[in-house]
Amino acid sequence: MRDFIDIGALEDIPVRGARVLKTPLGCIAVFRTAEDEVFALEDRCPHKGGPLSEGIVHGRAVTCPLHNWVIGFEDGTVQGPDEGAVPTWAAKVEGGRVLVDVALTAKRNAA
Amino acid sequence: MKPKLVVIGAGMASGRALEHLVEAAPDAYDITLFGAEPRGNYNRIMLSPVLSGEKTYEEIVTHDADWYAANGIATRFGDAITGIDRERKVVVTAAGETPYDKLLIATGSNPFIIPLPGHDLKGVLSYRDLDDTQAMIDASTIPGAQAVVIGGGLLGLEAAAGLALRGMDVTVVHLMGHLMERQLDEAAGYLLRRELIGRGIKVLCSANSSEILGADGRVTGLRLDDGTELPCDILVMAVGIRPNVALAKEAGLATGRGIHVDDQMITSDESILAVGECVEHDGAVFGLVAPLYDQAKVAAATLLEQKAAFKQRTVSTKLKVTGVDLFSAGDFAEGEDREDIVFRDPARGVYKRLVLRDNRLIGAVMYGDTADGSWFFGLMNDGADMSEMRETLIFGPAYQGGAALDPMVAVAALPDEAEICGCNGICKGKITTAIANGATTLDAVRMTTKASGSCGTCTGLVEQVLAVTLGEDYAAPAAKPVCDCTDLTHEDVRRLIKASELKSMAAVMQECGWKTSCGCHVCRPALNFYLLADWPLEYLDDPQSRFVNERNHANIQKDGTFSVVPRMWGGITTPDELRAIADAADKYAVPTVKVTGGQRIDLLGVKKADLPAIWSDLNDAGMVSGHAYAKGLRTVKTCVGTDHCRFGTQDSTAFGIAIERRMWGSWTPHKVKMAVSGCPRNCAEATCKDVGVICVDSGFEVSVAGAAGMDVKETEALGKAPTEDEALDLIVAFVQLYRENAKYLDRPYKWVAKVGMDWVRERVVEDAASRTALIGRFDLSQGIYQTDPWAERATPKAQRDFAPLANLTLEAAE
Ligand code: SRM
Ligand SMILES: Cc1cc2nc3c(=O)[nH]c(=O)nc-3n(C[C@H](O)[C@H](O)[C@H](O)COP(=O)(O)OP(=O)(O)OC[C@H]3O[C@@H](n4cnc5c(N)ncnc54)[C@H](O)[C@@H]3O)c2cc1C
Ligand code: SF4
Ligand code: FES
Repeated sequence: MRDFIDIGALEDIPVRGARVLKTPLGCIAVFRTAEDEVFALEDRCPHKGGPLSEGIVHGRAVTCPLHNWVIGFEDGTVQGPDEGAVPTWAAKVEGGRVLVDVALTAKRNAA
Repeated sequence: MKPKLVVIGAGMASGRALEHLVEAAPDAYDITLFGAEPRGNYNRIMLSPVLSGEKTYEEIVTHDADWYAANGIATRFGDAITGIDRERKVVVTAAGETPYDKLLIATGSNPFIIPLPGHDLKGVLSYRDLDDTQAMIDASTIPGAQAVVIGGGLLGLEAAAGLALRGMDVTVVHLMGHLMERQLDEAAGYLLRRELIGRGIKVLCSANSSEILGADGRVTGLRLDDGTELPCDILVMAVGIRPNVALAKEAGLATGRGIHVDDQMITSDESILAVGECVEHDGAVFGLVAPLYDQAKVAAATLLEQKAAFKQRTVSTKLKVTGVDLFSAGDFAEGEDREDIVFRDPARGVYKRLVLRDNRLIGAVMYGDTADGSWFFGLMNDGADMSEMRETLIFGPAYQGGAALDPMVAVAALPDEAEICGCNGICKGKITTAIANGATTLDAVRMTTKASGSCGTCTGLVEQVLAVTLGEDYAAPAAKPVCDCTDLTHEDVRRLIKASELKSMAAVMQECGWKTSCGCHVCRPALNFYLLADWPLEYLDDPQSRFVNERNHANIQKDGTFSVVPRMWGGITTPDELRAIADAADKYAVPTVKVTGGQRIDLLGVKKADLPAIWSDLNDAGMVSGHAYAKGLRTVKTCVGTDHCRFGTQDSTAFGIAIERRMWGSWTPHKVKMAVSGCPRNCAEATCKDVGVICVDSGFEVSVAGAAGMDVKETEALGKAPTEDEALDLIVAFVQLYRENAKYLDRPYKWVAKVGMDWVRERVVEDAASRTALIGRFDLSQGIYQTDPWAERATPKAQRDFAPLANLTLEAAE
C-alpha cells in the first residue's frame, strides 16, 4: 500500500484549477477537476517548461498557458498531435483533505 | 439452548438481515433487537414522500409488531445500547445488561452538523428519522413559514421539495458550484436547478454559511459569508453523514471511517458482525441501500455458518422528487482514457451522458428522460463490450439491433411533412421547394423559409436537407464553429445568449447543445466574456475560464514569472509615483524596468507569490492595475497638448486622462487601445489605434478601427464632436457596441470590417436614443467591473491563493 501525506483542504484549490506544491523534487501542480478529483503532475510543460498550474482545466486535462499544449492528468501524456509526457504522482481526496504520494517528501537519491 | 443473537439498531440493514435469517433458519437463534428510536423498522428512504405528504408513516413501516412476534424476535425499542462488554459478552442499556453469543451492529450513521455558531438553536434540524420529518411537517403548518436547507445533495433537495410542497418558502444553500455534485455533472445540475427554481424554490450555489442567527433560543435566520441574511423558521442541515462508530470504537473494535469488516461482515472480534452505513469495507463506506442489502444477505449467511462474501458494486441514484427525472450511476468523471457520448435536447430539457472506457460503459448521467436508466445500468454491471452499438447506444434499447444510423440516409428518408424547424414550424417539403426555386445556400433557405432562423439548433438538419437535395452542387458554408465542443459559430452563440437569456455557462452549454460536459480552453474564455458583457448583473465572472494573464492580473513571462504595469493615466506620472515604482523594484528585486510602447512603466520578472505584496505597495502610492494583461482597456496615449505645445488646439492630455478614468476596468472582446493627439501632427499616434482622437480648433475628431500590430491600418472617421463630453459619448457608445456584438478575440478593426462602418455609425452617431442606451449599459457594467484587481487582492486569502499550497521541502528538512 502506498503512503500519503496531507497537503491541505480540497477547498483551497479552485474547482477546475490548480495550486502549486513545493517539494524536494521540484514544483508539483495539484489540479482539481469539475468532479472534485485531484491529480498531481510536475508543474513543467514538456514543451518549453510552461507552468501547467496556470493553465485552463477542462475534463481531465489542462491546456498549458504558454502555447496551448494539452496534457492529460491520468498519465501525464501530451494529447493530440504534440508528443511528450510529464511525471505524475498519486493523489486523492479523503474527508475534504487532499493527500499526495509521500514519495514527494523524499529527497532525490543522490546517486 | 439456542445461541443468543443481539442486534443493535432497528434500521434498514438489520431489518433485511433478520428477514434473511429467519427465513433460512427460523430457530437458529434467540434474537433480541434493540433500537434507539421508539419504533420498529421502517423504510427510511420513504421519509421523503412522508414529508411531501404523498405517503403516511403507516405506509412505510416494513416490520410491524405481528411480524416480530411471529418470528420470535424480542424487541427493545427506545432502549439505546450504551456499551458493549466484549469480555463478558453482554450489551448494556439504561435498563440493564443483555448477554449475547453473537452480536450484530447496525447503528447506521449520524447526520453531520456543521459546527456553525448557533447550530444548537431550536429549529435547527437534521434529516434522518421520523422525528426530524415530523418536526419539519409541524413547522410547515405555520402560515408564511420559511425554511433554509443547507446542502444541495440528495437529502437536502428531497427535504426542500417536500417542504415546498407543504407550502413553505424554501431556500437551498449549497457550498459547491452545482447541485448534487457527487451524482451529477454540471450540465445535469443546471437542469435540476432550473426545475427547482421553476417550483419556487430559491437555490444559492457556491454559497458559504457563516452563522446561524437566533432569538430567544430559536433559529431566526442564516447569514452567509458575503453578508446575505436569509430569514427562516427552521433550518435543515443536510450536508452529509458520518458512520455511527462510537459504540464500536469504545468497545475496542477496529474502526476507521466506519467499523472495519471483512468480506463476511465480521469485525475485528469474531463474535461481532456489522452491517449498514456504520461499516467500512475495503476502504469504502456506504450511503445507499443497495449495497447494504447485499451486506445483510452476507451477514445472515455468516451467522448461519454458510459461505458468502460481500462484493462492492456500482450503485445508481435517483432523486425522489415527484416530477424530477434524474438518474446517475457509476463513474462519470472525464478522462483521457474515456469517451463521452452526450445527447442534449434543449427543447425538452433532456440531457444524457454516457462514459465509456475500453468500449465498456462505466458511467451514466441522465436528466429529463431516464427511461433507459436501468438498461444502461445493466450494461454497466455486465461490463459488456459496446463497440457494436456505439453509434446508437445513447438512443437506448429501442434503437438497437438495426444497422447503424447514417444521418444522410435518415434525412433522405424523411417524408415531406416531417418537421425540420420546430421554432418556425417548417417542414421538409417547404425547404425542398425553396431549394428547387433557387435557395441553394443555408442563408437563402433561412431568408425564404425562416427555417433555422430562430434558435438555430436545426441548422445542421437544414444543411443536411440541402446536401441531400442538391447532392454535389451543395457547398457547405464556411462558417467556423467556436471549437470542437459545438457546431455553432461565435455569432450564433452570442445571439442565443441574448435571445434565450442564457445567464450561466451551464445554461449556454445545455441550451446550445454543447458536445462536451465542461467545454475547453477555446470556448470557455469566450463564453465567460459573452456572459459577463451581456449579463453584468446576473453572471458571476469565472476566473477558471480565463487565460492565465487575466486570472493572475499580470502577464506571464517565458520563465513563469510575471510583469507588473501600473496605470499612468494618459501617460502622466509624478516624482512620488516614480519613487514608489523604484522602491518596489528594489524591494522585490525586479530584474528589468522598462518603459513600454504604451507610455508607462513595466516591472518585469516578478515572482507570482510576490504579486499581491508589490501590488499593495503600489496601491499605497495611489496606483492601480494598468490591465496590461487584459482583453479590456489598455492605454490611452496622449501628447502634451495646449498645456505646453505651441501647436496644441485642445487639452489632449486632460481629455486622454478623462477617457481612461471613465473606461478603465471594462472587459472587451480583445484589447482596446486609444490615443488623443492635440493636433493633426498626431504625436500620440492616434490614427492607428482602436479609438483615436485628433483635436482641432473646432473640437474633436473621433476615428476608430485602426491597427498597428500584426496588421497596420489607418482609423476610419466615426464622427466629430464640438465638446469633450460629446466626444466621450461617441467613444463610450462605440466601445459598448463592440462589447455587445464582436466575436471574442476580434480587435475592433476586424469586427468593423464584418459589420460595416455604416452600421456602426447608425447606432453610435445618428440614432441618439441608441447612443444613450449603449452608454447606459456601459455604465451599468462599469458599476460592477470598474474595480482595481490589485486592491481586491490585498486580503490575506488572496495572498495565500498566490502562494504554494504547501511546502514539502520544509517537511523533509525536519
Ligand atoms: C510591454 C509591451 C512592449 C513594450 O515593452 O513596450 C508589450 C508587450 C506585449 N505585447 Fe504588445 N506590448 C506593448 C505595446 C504594444 C503596441 C504599441 C501600443 O500599444 O501603442 C502594439 C501595437 C498596437 C496594437 O495593439 O495594435 C502591440 C501589439 C501587440 C500584439 C498584436 C495585436 C494585434 O491585434 O495585431 C500582441 C498579440 C496579441 O495581443 O494577441 C501583443 C502582445 C503582447 C504581449 C502581451 C505578448 C504576450 O501575450 O505575452 C507582450 C507581453 C510582454 C510582457 O511579458 O509583459 N502586442 N503591443 C507594450 C505594453 C504597452 C502597455 O503599456 O500596456
Ligand atoms: C430522508 C432519506 C432519504 C433517503 N433516500 C434514499 C434513497 O432514495 N435511496 C437509497 O438507497 N438510500 C436512501 N437513503 C439512505 C438510506 O436510508 C440509508 O442508507 C439506510 O437507511 C441505512 O441503513 P442502516 O441500517 O445502516 O442505518 P439506519 O437505517 O439509519 O438504521 C440505524 C438504526 O440504528 C439505531 N441506533 C443507532 N445507535 C444505536 C444504539 N446505540 N442503540 C440502539 N439503536 C441504535 C438508529 O436509531 C437507527 O434507527 C435515504 C435516507 C434518508 C434519511
Ligand atoms: S513585439 Fe511584443 S509580443 Fe513580440 S516579443 Fe516584443 S513584446 Fe513580445
Ligand atoms: S511551454 Fe507548454 S505549450 Fe509551450
